[in-house]
Amino acid sequence: MEQTPTLTSTLETRFPEAVVRDERKGFSGYLVKPESLIEVATFIRDEMGYDYLSSVTGVDYLPEGKMEVVYHAYKSTGGSALVFKAQTPRDNPVVPSLVPLYPGADLQEREAWDLLGIRFEGHPDLRRILMWEGFEGHPLRKDWREAFFEEEGKPFKNRWPEGRAYRIEDKNLFGNNVDYPAGFNPENWTLDGEAALYGSVGQAVQPDGSLKTDAIIVNLGPQHPSTHGVFRMAARLDGETIVDLKPVMGYLHRNHEKIGERNTYLGNMPFTDRLDYLSSMSNNFGYALAVEKLMGIRPPERAEYIRVMMAELTRISNHLMAIGALMNDLGAYFTPMLYALEERELVLDIFEAVSGSRMMCNYFRFGGVARDLPEGILEKVRVLVYDRLPRKMEDLDVYITQSEIVRNRCEGVGVLTPEQAIALSMAGPVLRASGVPYDVRRADPYSIYDRFEFDVAVRYHGDIYDRYLIRMDEIRESCRILQQVVDTIPEGRIQEGKPQYQVRVPAGEAYGRVEGPKGELGFYVVSNGKPNPWRYHVRAPSFINLTGLGPMSIGNKIADVVAVLGSIDIVLGETDR
Amino acid sequence: MSEEINSPGYDIPPEMQAQVRITTLDKIYNWGRRSSIWPMMFGLACCAIEMICTAASRFDFARFGMEIMRPSPRQVDLMIVSGTVTKKMAPQIVRLYNQMPEPKYVIAMGACASGGGPFKEGYNVVAGIDRYIPVDVYIPGCPPTPQALLHGFIRLMEKIDKESISTSRWYRKEPIPAIPVPILGPDIFDPRQASAITAYTQEKLAKQTQAEQAPAEPAAAPEQA
Repeated sequence: MEQTPTLTSTLETRFPEAVVRDERKGFSGYLVKPESLIEVATFIRDEMGYDYLSSVTGVDYLPEGKMEVVYHAYKSTGGSALVFKAQTPRDNPVVPSLVPLYPGADLQEREAWDLLGIRFEGHPDLRRILMWEGFEGHPLRKDWREAFFEEEGKPFKNRWPEGRAYRIEDKNLFGNNVDYPAGFNPENWTLDGEAALYGSVGQAVQPDGSLKTDAIIVNLGPQHPSTHGVFRMAARLDGETIVDLKPVMGYLHRNHEKIGERNTYLGNMPFTDRLDYLSSMSNNFGYALAVEKLMGIRPPERAEYIRVMMAELTRISNHLMAIGALMNDLGAYFTPMLYALEERELVLDIFEAVSGSRMMCNYFRFGGVARDLPEGILEKVRVLVYDRLPRKMEDLDVYITQSEIVRNRCEGVGVLTPEQAIALSMAGPVLRASGVPYDVRRADPYSIYDRFEFDVAVRYHGDIYDRYLIRMDEIRESCRILQQVVDTIPEGRIQEGKPQYQVRVPAGEAYGRVEGPKGELGFYVVSNGKPNPWRYHVRAPSFINLTGLGPMSIGNKIADVVAVLGSIDIVLGETDR
Repeated sequence: MSEEINSPGYDIPPEMQAQVRITTLDKIYNWGRRSSIWPMMFGLACCAIEMICTAASRFDFARFGMEIMRPSPRQVDLMIVSGTVTKKMAPQIVRLYNQMPEPKYVIAMGACASGGGPFKEGYNVVAGIDRYIPVDVYIPGCPPTPQALLHGFIRLMEKIDKESISTSRWYRKEPIPAIPVPILGPDIFDPRQASAITAYTQEKLAKQTQAEQAPAEPAAAPEQA
């Protein structure tokens, strides 16, 4: 990422002792000494204006014996990233926590602790987040191996030794992918994670030692009709009012990053589909961008148009689903959802015709897309975006937007101020509903979005109703973009160079980000020149947006929490990865 | 309907044919059960979205008598395990299964629920829900299309048709034992395996202490397997 020369000099001249440029080949940004990280980060936030900390993640550099924490900060007014990193020895990785400066780092630091074992000093509640309390080891460390471990990198050689297949289960004593540490005795094992969780939600015993209290702790999920999957919340209530609330996730933690570091670059593409499974094309887009940045290629014209088309269709189908689900949460059980699903099926038909699959499209390739548009599909899109969708949006307006019940339950509930939204690293519709006009398509344009005429939808109340309206606005804006795409899409090639199974990716790092339907979706990829990525991290908007669930819910009634969660629009595949 | 259940193999006198139906108890019992299967409103991952699509107007599994989905396990006959089963979630799924009243059925929807799917090697992934609870129908696909799910329902109905009230396990005197809920330890474990696990971990501990003591002796070279 290029910095303007004035900025580089300020950071380096201001902290000559603590900050050096990252000189490794293919890398960029600054290396900050962990001791002065807080001081440098304060300067970056307050004086340089990088007030939006988008991504925090760790990398395990096993050969060098180092752990590295990578921060991507942006200005909420737009522009490219300021990347700064803190390195710490691998055997005792400790870094000061940035939660006091950027509250949005909360869940991400917990994730880095959980998966990599990096301790963040000063973090208010450093517990495991995706795995359970008591799990053995930190699985994303390079020397940590799962029970079903076969080989370091795919493609595996040993699937057919001597022409005979074997099952990995046969090699494991328990026939399952489990392993236990030495000396573990299941008879006297006690689970302590729940106590820590409920303890962090709020003490039953008051500070002065008295026991008199009205607060009760209510647990919602992971099997609960309102949680959009296997999400869980622990709330402390005073009567019906929320006093404290903590999200609990990891019930769908499918080890996306660990598996991704073993996959080949292209082999990872279908896995990205399963992140946010409602908008697989957008996920493909972000990942393709990150790897293309590393490879230094760009897709041809027609492929860019097809990509934008697919990404916008995804946004439409995702927002329809989000609106339907929000209405479900408000108690309009399944009827608005049926309207939404009816339109979504039309989009899915297009995806099926284009890629062969309704949901898991696996359509993007590095430097292009998998195959050209089939005959007649442009006509279908044209009818959809010029005629059918605008008409249906009017219908939804009549049924939902003006509904008295919807307005009563949504207006003024779950409010997030712009300052809070930026500090909490909220992204996408939630951020824009709070009055921050930040859209990656405009703030840091990628692909060919700078050619299309569209408005960044902004609303200013920051409540549930505005988050609903934002999604309606964005469907209309997406239709506008799609109208321009179908009118101007050129003929031509759809793939830069020859399609390859095994791409050559030079060593280095890249952070590709797109404005996914749920917010800024980023992929941080570190390559060491081998066929598999060394580090593969997903900045998942569903995950980070949950940082705001607590602040938005506190003070509201328990029934409103369900609606607040619905208005964030999470997908658990992406939250837990 | 009548065609299907009204073929017991007895002749009905012609004057009574309009008023009397003769069938076996099994047939009417199974017909009633298979025509009103209530699935649990229980989604795990991507497959749950296809399950919702199957419930919606285009595919509409209400046509098969699955009129409503119930969020409470106490009110359902069928659990559709729709998505990747993680170790963190497995105890809850077993608990939900134990809470369902008999007769109960399980459909493993998709590759993950059937055998771990693309995430099989993952450290937090259970390689198939059938490791913990019995499964009646497996549906392949990633995710299965709504048509595939409907096909799975039809296969389940065929299975129900073949059952008999006289041999059904839920009318026996003795109670059906609940499945032990797996526990989240350093890794997930089944309490029934406790002794095997203890043996394994003790052996591992012995090996480790041996390896720690070995370098002290001068003759011990690094072990090569």
